[in-house]
Amino acid sequence: MLKYVIKRLLASILTLWIMFTLTFFLMHLTPGNPFLGDGRITPEILANLEAKYGLDKPLLVQYKMYAMNILKGDLGESIKLSGQSVVEIIARKFPYSLKLGLFSSAIAIIFGTVLGTISALKKNTAADRVIMFIVTIGIAVPSFVVATVSMVLFGVKMPLFPTVSHLDSLSSYILPGFALSFFPLSFITRLMRSSMLDVINQDYIRTARAKGLSERVVIFKHGLRNGILPVVTYAGPMIAGILTGSFVIESIFSIPGLGSSFVTSITAKDYPTVMGVTIFYGALLIFMNFFVDIIYRFIDPRINIAK
Amino acid sequence: MTNINKSEVLDSKMFLPASDKEKATAEVMRPSVGYWKDALTRLRTNKVAMCSLAVILLVILAAVIGPMLSPYAYDQINKGSENLRPNAQHIFGTDSLGRDLFTRTMIGARISLSVGVVAAVMISIIGILYGAISGYFGGWVDIVMMRIIDIVYSVPTILIVILLQVALKTPIDNFLMSAHAPEFLKKLGVGLISIFFVLALLYWVDMARIVRGQILALKEQEFVLAAKVLGASNREIIFKHLVPNCIGQIIVVATLKIPEAIFVESFLSFIGLGVSIPMASLGSLSQMALKGIYSYPYMLFFPAATISIIILSINLFGDGLRDALDPRMKK
Repeated sequence: MLKYVIKRLLASILTLWIMFTLTFFLMHLTPGNPFLGDGRITPEILANLEAKYGLDKPLLVQYKMYAMNILKGDLGESIKLSGQSVVEIIARKFPYSLKLGLFSSAIAIIFGTVLGTISALKKNTAADRVIMFIVTIGIAVPSFVVATVSMVLFGVKMPLFPTVSHLDSLSSYILPGFALSFFPLSFITRLMRSSMLDVINQDYIRTARAKGLSERVVIFKHGLRNGILPVVTYAGPMIAGILTGSFVIESIFSIPGLGSSFVTSITAKDYPTVMGVTIFYGALLIFMNFFVDIIYRFIDPRINIAK
Repeated sequence: MTNINKSEVLDSKMFLPASDKEKATAEVMRPSVGYWKDALTRLRTNKVAMCSLAVILLVILAAVIGPMLSPYAYDQINKGSENLRPNAQHIFGTDSLGRDLFTRTMIGARISLSVGVVAAVMISIIGILYGAISGYFGGWVDIVMMRIIDIVYSVPTILIVILLQVALKTPIDNFLMSAHAPEFLKKLGVGLISIFFVLALLYWVDMARIVRGQILALKEQEFVLAAKVLGASNREIIFKHLVPNCIGQIIVVATLKIPEAIFVESFLSFIGLGVSIPMASLGSLSQMALKGIYSYPYMLFFPAATISIIILSINLFGDGLRDALDPRMKK
């Protein structure tokens, strides 16, 4: 087990390094200067600004400098929001994204497993068909469509929930949370349904029923525990999906999170912010995948970890 | 060990010629059904898949010939008819510049569909080559190639897609400005070319994995040995014997990549990185509609509904195709 963990950890660090390098060179090979947008800038001021942000040094020197700084926990300074470090921006904005992300993940996992289980247990009934119909749509509709349609319906036509959300009350979570969780919810429902259908035909379920256990114990203790395993493997892609989804959802609902400011810094060519946030998100995703992998092998001992 | 003469044990007089009636029972009752014909029959009986196919064909028809039949051009600005609700002249209404939204939605569908199809083709070419080489040669070639796949797989794709989009924009733009750039590329525009590039670069991994898995199993079979004995080169074995044998899976994966590519394109267009104006894609149309969402919700409704219908029907058709071409994978 320890050998496996170390191997995976090293692989994750390697991936992160590759991502960092890719990000760095892609950002710097991009012509176009972030300062030119401001208009009346004389060549002297431009040179001073470039010197301040280290943009005048050779690329490899900059690369080394940036890598060393990252190891010290310094992601540089934002060019557009002067005087603010990228770490500060992340610290200020990420909590919003995190709260919304956790809320959406919880909704997706809870409703997904419940709906999938109901669908599997009531296979080919009306309930199953309705659930499968909804989730088939959920997989096909992009999140920005879900967001805007639900905003018009439940924010404007029927003003039940706020359309501009600062995530300060439960009702302000509902619309963005729904938009962000609809796809993963649908996906988990489908996963859960097929895996539960598999599980309830297994011998151990028959044994559990045969020895007279109540249906509740059979489903919850023997069925669900095994049926939920594929959902755990989906956790990695789900986190990635919710994160990318947050770029558009936060912009649509004017949530002051990291996703919406990432999109604005891309258009503003704010290199340090784009790079810092990409590396932050990349590290987050890569290590979440790492943990999910370890947890999965921990809860399902059938998988040979030494492989 | 005594040598038994068979004719001493089995007397030929014990055997009689079979009567015609007896012969008839051994006859093949049905003509043998080939793989494709069998798959087609299965697909035809799948109502959901056939309905989806009909919808897809309808959308393709509208996207290909629709804009030609329309009295308006997609970038034609009609003064005095701004922000019209759907009516007899403009059945999807007009946008804030008076452009006909029906024509623009059809153009958008054309862009989205071509992004999907071109991406699927490029993904297939790269994925098949990569997977076939990795699976066929095995050994350290396979190990190295699979490590690369692992890395591409674990890098957060959408972040790299966004970065590439940003980074590629200017070099491609410069190339298009230069004299020797082909005319058709100029027509496509920077946004679309970089989307194709990005999709081809990052989304071939699933295809490569599946092709590799198939080839690993297939290359141990006798027909490969026979081909080798007959002196076929590696290239002939891969492309004449192995790849055609996994074409079923390849088609299924390629079909399911189309909606994924459309998804990515609309997402990028929505955050403002996709096609450049006045060109319209379904994602950029939705994004533009967002500004006037409270007053003119219909501007969002049509492109959003079109994109959802396209993705839904290709997904359902792909599922049907999988059940038909690869019954073992049926869920």
